[in-house]
Amino acid sequence: MNRAYAVMTGLICLLFASAAAADKPVDWQMGLQQAATPIMREIRWFEQYTLWFIVPVTLLVLALLIYVVLKFRASANPVPSRTSHNTMIEIVWTIGPVLILFFLAIPSFNLLNAQLQIPQNPDLTIKATATQWLWSYEYEGGENPVSFDSYLLKDEDRAAAGKEDRSAYPRLLAVDNEMVVPVNKTVRLLETAAPTDVIHAFAMPAFGLKIDAVPGRLNETWFHAEKEGLYYGQCSELCGKDHAFMPIAIRVVSDEQYATWLATAASDVPAANRALMASVDGGKPAVLVAETESK
Amino acid sequence: MAGHSAHDDHAHARTSHDDAHAHDHHDHKLSFFDRWFKSTNHKDIGTLYLMFAIMAGIVGGLMSVAMRMELQEPGIQIFHGLAAMVYGFQGDAAIDGGKHMFNVFTTAHALVMIFFMVMPALIGGFANWMIPIMIGAPDMAFPRLNNISFWLLPPAFLLLILSMFVEGPAGAYGVGGGWTLYPPFSSTGMPGPAVDLAIFALHVSGASSILGAINFITTILNMRAPGMTLHKMPLFAWSVLVTAFLLLLSLPVLAGAITMLLTDRNFGTTFFAPEGGGDPILYQHLFWFFGHPEVYILILPGFGIVSHIVSTFSRKPVFGYLGMAYAMVAIGAVGFIVWAHHMYTVGLSLDAQRYFVFATMVIAVPTGIKIFSWIATMWGGSLSFRTPMIWAIGFIFLFTVGGVTGVQLANAGLDRSLHDTYYVVAHFHYVLSLGAVFAIFAAWYYWFPKMSGYMYSETLGNLHFWVMFIGVNLVFFPQHFLGLAGMPRRYIDYPDAFAGWNYVSSIGSYISFVGVLIFLYCVWEAFAKKRVAGDNPWGEGASTLEWQLSSPPPFHQWEQLPRIK
Repeated sequence: MNRAYAVMTGLICLLFASAAAADKPVDWQMGLQQAATPIMREIRWFEQYTLWFIVPVTLLVLALLIYVVLKFRASANPVPSRTSHNTMIEIVWTIGPVLILFFLAIPSFNLLNAQLQIPQNPDLTIKATATQWLWSYEYEGGENPVSFDSYLLKDEDRAAAGKEDRSAYPRLLAVDNEMVVPVNKTVRLLETAAPTDVIHAFAMPAFGLKIDAVPGRLNETWFHAEKEGLYYGQCSELCGKDHAFMPIAIRVVSDEQYATWLATAASDVPAANRALMASVDGGKPAVLVAETESK
Repeated sequence: MAGHSAHDDHAHARTSHDDAHAHDHHDHKLSFFDRWFKSTNHKDIGTLYLMFAIMAGIVGGLMSVAMRMELQEPGIQIFHGLAAMVYGFQGDAAIDGGKHMFNVFTTAHALVMIFFMVMPALIGGFANWMIPIMIGAPDMAFPRLNNISFWLLPPAFLLLILSMFVEGPAGAYGVGGGWTLYPPFSSTGMPGPAVDLAIFALHVSGASSILGAINFITTILNMRAPGMTLHKMPLFAWSVLVTAFLLLLSLPVLAGAITMLLTDRNFGTTFFAPEGGGDPILYQHLFWFFGHPEVYILILPGFGIVSHIVSTFSRKPVFGYLGMAYAMVAIGAVGFIVWAHHMYTVGLSLDAQRYFVFATMVIAVPTGIKIFSWIATMWGGSLSFRTPMIWAIGFIFLFTVGGVTGVQLANAGLDRSLHDTYYVVAHFHYVLSLGAVFAIFAAWYYWFPKMSGYMYSETLGNLHFWVMFIGVNLVFFPQHFLGLAGMPRRYIDYPDAFAGWNYVSSIGSYISFVGVLIFLYCVWEAFAKKRVAGDNPWGEGASTLEWQLSSPPPFHQWEQLPRIK
């Protein structure tokens, strides 16, 4: 019995684990992306929470409409009443929404505070600069600070980059050089656009992150990714013809992988990325084989 | 309310109607040019506005269908072909031209629908037609101003259309910056003259609206029939009064912002250019200081119309008349202090975001009062489901759906995920495309018999409603899912995972367009069949003054003013 229970739990965990690995949109998705940061967890919670208010309100309006349509149609109620005032009901439907808003506002302000109170002493600071139509990332500090550009991955470059797997590197989301960050570290993100460029917006749905990249202005935000993986976002402020073609990709890796990558990236970003991919993606087929064998 | 007390003046109104027939005769001597081009008659100008709005609605609607065709599948389907056809681009240039052209379509669709469809229909069309009649005035206060208000619109529209055929960004045509025209994309990002033409289009249509607003405010404040106090005035007049004040106060701010944009572009100023000490975000503040009241400008007249329709077909006076009137005043007033909820991601401080979350949520309260009061108006009534009533009930439900997603978006913390995604697109189309547009169709069926003298076909009206209802819900409901999943708006192409709901949305768009065709056929059919509508086809529930006049009303009405007790 206990064993069956354990198996069940294991299966459920697996199910959730596979869902939690959703670091990009999936077919027919109907809700927010899975959370990879505490902030996104809170956003997801708050979105569900608001549904507990707005869905009943909408259904109440629908039910009332159906009721009056059936009950007060001319054939059922030939003589209309002349009622045009009822102070009590008017007070109720004024105070009622105020109370609902009160219940919404408290967690809403908590969420807002959590997002905008930027943690002191971040582990890492990255500056992202948007240009028509690419992202440039600069890592703060070190003898040889790492900086590179990140473009949409072109189809003809997939083979050379070893990114032919379109489920891991989807069309319009995959980039040539991902931003690489260590897992479970607080990353401060400075966001701007090139001085003579236009406004863009840096968005990473799984992180609950969206911040405009405005020329002449340095915006600050932060994230704390809790799960390793490859996460995708897209430019979210209309910026010209290739607005849909400047995706954002962040690879969250272990501390060791990050340290290795950073050391190499200082001198050779492509080589650092190739090595990192080998250590991240290279592991996957082996795991798959192991699973198949165990069955 | 004005309505039922006006009943006592029925006989009185008849007299003026008979008098007017004589005048009618006299006025028909006007030549076609004099009557329609030099018109000073509020009903003729209203008709011009309505025809203009239908024409613009078809143009804007076709643009949206083109965009949905593009988005039906991942990849670029039609816009490279369109760019090749329209601009003569070849090969890769056609792809690039097509990408920009898609942005031009999103921009033009919004501007056409807002400035040349919804506003002309509700304010220039129905308000022009009905406000003088409903408040017992012979015409608008400034008839010639009314004429110029209308005749500024066609040139404004032409300027906007023209902008699509001149250079925007280097090597491409038209304005692709979205209806918000954010600099620096709309300044250094698109150096060609297209943006200048679009700015002029907005200036001219803005001038048209400001003149119209002055006219409505003067008319409503000074020309109400004897005995019609503000607190007895029909709710449509209240809604237009509030709308006119919103226009009068907000449009000058837009005019200022786009004038500064114009000088930034052409005369070396740097209001919005950081390299000269300016600030791109300043433009956004100015734009949304106009832009947010603007969305209430689009919906408030619809609120007034729905109140009348619900009351008429429930055969009951409007429930909570004063609450309804002052809810609109409150929505209008609060609408001026919530603008930065469109800008939660620009980098506003925590305190600023807290304030705008709070202020925005407040709007839900008067909006709730309106929704519940409409239902309370029906409660205990004797409901008949003629076409206008079906549209009005559809409006109430769909506006509620759009309203509650607005309450979600008000929360800056949640908006972080939803800002600039299809969730926002779904939200504002629920309140505008399914709200304001449903109100326009409701008003059309409600007043068409009055304006034309002919009865439309209930069968076609019903068919129009159901096709449209199914169509627009199919278009916009799935867009909530796309937005939650993270699909950004204004994208010509999207990751393959978004394909499913985009396909559904596109199918809905085609169904909606069939609905528009049914509407046009329904209008043609009514004029062809010439079923006489009679003075009041809606019965005793229709208690406002327009139903005491003939259908169509005499060329000049209320030569002897009705008296309201």
